Amino acid sequence: MGEIVLETREISKSFGALRASREISLTLREGEIHALIGPNGAGKSTLIKQVAGSLRPDSGSVHFLGEDVSALDTPARARRGLGRTFQISALAMDFTVLQNAVLGALGARGEAFRFFRPVMRDRALRQVAEEALERVGLQDHAASRTAELSHGQRRQLEVAVALTLNPRAFVMDEPMAGLGADGSRQLTGFLDGLRAEAPILLVEHDMDAVFALADRISVLVYGEVIATGTASEIRANSEVRRAYLGEEDDA
Amino acid sequence: MTFLLLIEQILNGLQFGVMLFLMAAGLTLVFGVMGLINLAHGSLYMVGAFAAAAVAASTGSFLLALAGALAAAAAAGAVVEILVIRRLYARDHLDQVLATFALILIFSEGTRWLFGSFPLYLDVPSWLAGPVTLPGSIQYPLYRLVIIIAGLVIAAGLFALISRTRIGIQIRAGEADREMIAALGIDISRLYTVIFALGAALAGLAGALVGAIQSVQVGMGEPVLILAFVVIVIGGIGSIKGALVGSLLVGLTDTLGKVFLPQLFGLMLDPSAATTVGASLASMLIYILMAGILIMRPSGLFGSA
Amino acid sequence: MAATRERLINAAILFALLAVPLWAWIADEPFVITLATRIAILALAGVGLNIALGLGGLVSFGHAAFFGIGGYAMGILASHAQDYTPLMEWPLAIEGTRSMPVIWLVAMAAAALAALVIGALSLRTSGVYFIMVTLAFAQMLYYFTIGWPAYGGEDGLSIYVRNVFPGMNTLDPVQFLAICYALLAVALFFTARLARSPFGLALAAARQNAERVETVGLRPFRLRLVAFVISGAITGLAGALYADLNRFVSPAMFNWHTSGEIMVFVILGGVARLFGPVAGAALFILLENYLGGLSDYWQAYLGFLLLGVVLFARGGLIGTLAGREVADG
Repeated sequence: MGEIVLETREISKSFGALRASREISLTLREGEIHALIGPNGAGKSTLIKQVAGSLRPDSGSVHFLGEDVSALDTPARARRGLGRTFQISALAMDFTVLQNAVLGALGARGEAFRFFRPVMRDRALRQVAEEALERVGLQDHAASRTAELSHGQRRQLEVAVALTLNPRAFVMDEPMAGLGADGSRQLTGFLDGLRAEAPILLVEHDMDAVFALADRISVLVYGEVIATGTASEIRANSEVRRAYLGEEDDA
Repeated sequence: MTFLLLIEQILNGLQFGVMLFLMAAGLTLVFGVMGLINLAHGSLYMVGAFAAAAVAASTGSFLLALAGALAAAAAAGAVVEILVIRRLYARDHLDQVLATFALILIFSEGTRWLFGSFPLYLDVPSWLAGPVTLPGSIQYPLYRLVIIIAGLVIAAGLFALISRTRIGIQIRAGEADREMIAALGIDISRLYTVIFALGAALAGLAGALVGAIQSVQVGMGEPVLILAFVVIVIGGIGSIKGALVGSLLVGLTDTLGKVFLPQLFGLMLDPSAATTVGASLASMLIYILMAGILIMRPSGLFGSA
Repeated sequence: MAATRERLINAAILFALLAVPLWAWIADEPFVITLATRIAILALAGVGLNIALGLGGLVSFGHAAFFGIGGYAMGILASHAQDYTPLMEWPLAIEGTRSMPVIWLVAMAAAALAALVIGALSLRTSGVYFIMVTLAFAQMLYYFTIGWPAYGGEDGLSIYVRNVFPGMNTLDPVQFLAICYALLAVALFFTARLARSPFGLALAAARQNAERVETVGLRPFRLRLVAFVISGAITGLAGALYADLNRFVSPAMFNWHTSGEIMVFVILGGVARLFGPVAGAALFILLENYLGGLSDYWQAYLGFLLLGVVLFARGGLIGTLAGREVADG
């Protein structure tokens, strides 16, 4: 297995009486897709937020590329190479698709305080943005207004913006949601290849995709990781079947 | 002597504070329940004062004047809510600011057209005039004392209304979840009108009570409105408790600052410079207080983050 | 389509701005020239606010602070120059000045500094808190200038002669108008470039979705603060010009009605439209003059008009005429 890129060490987070994360320790290694699954309300989003930096854990620490990043905010973690996509699209809806991608490239370059040269005529930024759009298959929509995209296309754009950051690790929150069967298959193929560039921590409800893609799967129930292992190990795990997959098997 | 002055000034600060509370309570309720920022709240204060002055002039009765102030401000509030405000609930704050700024212009010019540009006077009734002797042989104007007591009684009544009564439950439900309350079959637009009119009535009452101490004139509501904003920013928008604490804090800080800061600087500087620096600083004191509280708690003392 | 139509409207506004004073100059109508000067200066204040409000989505209800600071920068420097008294002797000897360029620089620097402090505090909050807090800070300066007797206190400060600009006779209304126009044109050009610059893109993104901006490694707070400072500086410059136009400054420049009016220019014209503040200020000043001539209660009519714009004509004058804004690029 590859080197550890991203790691949480016993992070806990409570909201009042609700313990959303209980001493969660996870690793994401070079070259892998590590899927995080669990029933609704298991605390997946809370965990993702703590990894990405928008939420501070009450205890425990987050490490990225060998550095303790627990005290850093979202922009600082993004700068260090953490590429995140959101469950509910967080895009500039009035922008064109290309503008959203250029924004990503601009952030990666880190020079937002330039006041005079037109940003959309910056060849280097455009090139990064256009390449990213092409990779997710949105090149034909570059001039569309983002608000006019379908939900699936917005997901693709989220991934494209993350690509412009040239990240060292991806954190993706349900990138398949809203995609049709075709789109889902396409994105599955894309993520499959992407893991060689940078490992992916993937939260996903689409179980076909998860079991097809993931090198390792962690199961989160009531804020606790109850199992981590390969797809077949997780399928065979009785605790997982009881807590989570069991409901589906009964159907 | 200094001790007596201190007590007197604390009472003045309290009196100012409870008046601010009557203004701030309506603002914060309307924001908490309907999500509306209402700049025209100061106009309702002015409406109350003018109505009181007009009723007092024609009947000679102070109590009737107060009743007139309550009724006029509540009616103005209800009319404005139905004609304009309810179209703004779904709008962003910028639209709300502009539309209610427009309402201020309309209210101010309308009042000037009706009553003219000269200030009116509303007298403290004879049965409330003169000083009263408090324990410790402190002389204090009876009318101001009555204002403090009335303000505190109204505050208590408001807390009881919100925590005990049916409409209070609806108000709290509306703060928590607007769709829920509609789903429960409560007539939400009538509830909003009632809340708005209630806030307006409190502002109108404050205008009438203060009108007897100061003059009644167009534009009188604006300084008070801005202080009420400071109050609810300090207390936390939407919180009645925050409005009460904020009001008293602002009332006391402002009043005591204006009296004691020049004296404090008098210890260090020559008298005229001390008065200048002290007075200038005192006029900024509540804003400095607000800035300090915002640095520590960006959503106010009792606001939810 | 909508974009070309907006360009046509902008061209028409520019044409009117140039043609009307030209006619007034030829026909010897100094009042019209003064009116055009007021429009240009107030439009400049609106152009400043539009950077915070339109591009940044920051509903500042306290831009009177910067307008007033610009005005007082002019008033203080010029009053020392006219009394031949030094502004300061210790720790630095600073004299007053009557030079417009120096006054402008000081006005912009002072307004920018104030915007930095007010912005750093206010931007910790958002939404309705931000509106109220900016309003409160401007009001604080209003009461401060009333209470501070050194520069006229409540009565304000009169400057007897208009300040000077190298190579021009500023007392000639047309020449002063030309100066104001030139500055407005520079500010419009700068704003147009700013809106399309990397900073403009990041700022507009922060307005729409702050989380998105953070996720690409940028800090919305810094973007907004810089926008607020630029915005304040431009409005400060307008304040200095306004003081020079009237040769008088008073605490009224800090009053919250001023903040409201600057905001009204922007809204009447159309938020985030380049020429919105120009169209809005022109409409406002013309209404003030013609309605003011018809009725003592003209502000009530203004109120009804404003209410109508907010309730029924969102997008302001330019938005109504040009249609929906289109994304660029």
